[in-house]
Amino acid sequence: MNKLRIIYNGLVTENPTFVLLLGMCPTLGTTGSAMTGMSMGLATMGVLICSNAAISAIKSVVPDRVRIPAYIVVIATFVTLLQMFMQAYLPSLNESLGIFIPLIVVNCILLGRAEAYASKHSIVDSLLDGVGIGLGFTVALTLLGTIRELLGGGTIFSLRVFPETYGSLVFVLAPGAFIALGFLIAFINYIRKRSC
Amino acid sequence: MLTYISIIVTAIFVNNIVFAQFLGICPFLGVSKKLSSALGMGAAVTFVMAIATCVTWLIQHLILVPLQLAYMQTIVFILVIAALVQMLEIVIKKIAPVLYQALGVFLPLITTNCAVLGVAILVVQKGFNFGESLVYAVSTAIGFTLALAIFAGIREHLELMDVPDVMRGVPIALICAGILAMAFMGFSGITIG
Amino acid sequence: MKKLPSTLFNMVMSLGVITVVAAALLAWANAVTSGPVAEAERQKQIDAIKAVLPTFTNDPLASKWEFVPAGGSEPFSVFPAYDGDSFCGAAVEGYSLNGFSGRVSVMYGFDSDGNVTGYEVLQHAETPGLGAKMQEWFRMDAGHRSVLGRNPGTDAMYVAKDGGAIDGITAATISSRAFLETLRSCYSAFEAYKSDCLKNDADE
Repeated sequence: MNKLRIIYNGLVTENPTFVLLLGMCPTLGTTGSAMTGMSMGLATMGVLICSNAAISAIKSVVPDRVRIPAYIVVIATFVTLLQMFMQAYLPSLNESLGIFIPLIVVNCILLGRAEAYASKHSIVDSLLDGVGIGLGFTVALTLLGTIRELLGGGTIFSLRVFPETYGSLVFVLAPGAFIALGFLIAFINYIRKRSC
Repeated sequence: MLTYISIIVTAIFVNNIVFAQFLGICPFLGVSKKLSSALGMGAAVTFVMAIATCVTWLIQHLILVPLQLAYMQTIVFILVIAALVQMLEIVIKKIAPVLYQALGVFLPLITTNCAVLGVAILVVQKGFNFGESLVYAVSTAIGFTLALAIFAGIREHLELMDVPDVMRGVPIALICAGILAMAFMGFSGITIG
Repeated sequence: MKKLPSTLFNMVMSLGVITVVAAALLAWANAVTSGPVAEAERQKQIDAIKAVLPTFTNDPLASKWEFVPAGGSEPFSVFPAYDGDSFCGAAVEGYSLNGFSGRVSVMYGFDSDGNVTGYEVLQHAETPGLGAKMQEWFRMDAGHRSVLGRNPGTDAMYVAKDGGAIDGITAATISSRAFLETLRSCYSAFEAYKSDCLKNDADE
């Protein structure tokens, strides 16, 4: 029960995108379609789970004053591993996410969770926190990607919902990313207000 | 010469780092509530980005490529940038206390500004030479400052507006950013040379 | 849970160990993935060649020929195709730097007379929904969109706006120009290959 709580916390109470407003660059940059949004979310989640677990494991042997550089090395290592394996086995996905894969390193979510959670909790809890926050991020990116793809081109995960001519291209382009996210966050604020 | 002008115009207007490339959004949303702090942040980013891009370019071409360690790029670059920001903070504090007072608060925030690492990686991907990289870094940073300053001006006015409750803060800011991005799309397609 | 004190020795040691472990891990991963990465690139080229050329029996990758276009820095790659002994066309991989968002790389297929048999857009960063449509647009059977079956030696491969014979992508003229520019440069690479390498065969 308590373990489920950790995941729920990351997914809803402390949703990185909608509540903490962290990691905005990939949120806007990779959500041109539901597929790329979801892939970016999963990639970030993978790195977050590994880095959270690893940082929790080494927390007692890292002196306080060098903890930030140590965390950065750990995160960057996992990001580079991900980059290499994606280049080898998922080259087209790697190309469509482009520079946002190496930039996972500077995603505030990762360093933030390392500092705020993994450095204070056990390995299992940190791992679950990674799963929860990662899922929260993935759900947010997939949702935004779905909305933009639907409004922009009339498809969801490339499945046609309505003819392309009714789509409004601006949602696939840069301005639509900002506007769609703005309305999405406002909508979630609205739901949260009503439920409490 | 024409290449440099083309790089400058493209980096500032056509491919603006915030509105077209979605990099550096965190400081863009976080430090844009007041015009003065937006300009301070812009100056600090310009400073760090220029130096960081030069240093990482040299590391990439003099160390990583000859030693066939290009796959270590991400990890090396982020460490160099983090160390560089720390060093700059110490050096500026010693040499130019006035400058430190103006930029000091913004420096620690820059390490996790993805625009700095992003530009360092982009110049390598684009195959720029040293001069082009420096010009690209500086003009990208100017584009960032421009975006931040315009946006801060708008947000100062937004404070006084009667915005629906749930839209207040980040949501309305994002929508304004979207409209600004639309305006910047007007520059797209401009090519020089 | 007791933290190590921040003495210089502890700091240097812990950072050093973490860095060494990280470097070792990356070196191992690089060794493991470098094969598949190269294989994936090769596979991509083979797939593109197969998509643009009808039939061939040789290995075009093995007889790759490079051509540096006037004013270009990187070479174009010509992959000649043979059906048995007779030359039946070539796939040419080329690029233009004048796309809407920079570089556009395309693989074109030509038959032995220089007619376009197909194309595959290999790499681009054009706007989704506009310039990014080039992968489908220039093979559509509507108006004067299609470049398939055209011969750049006789047809004006420019967009209609510039007085050419091809309808560019609506609202994406710059992407269309870059696409057609690549086609023209690839055709000149193809012609260069024919006059340089096939002349000897013809003399015999």
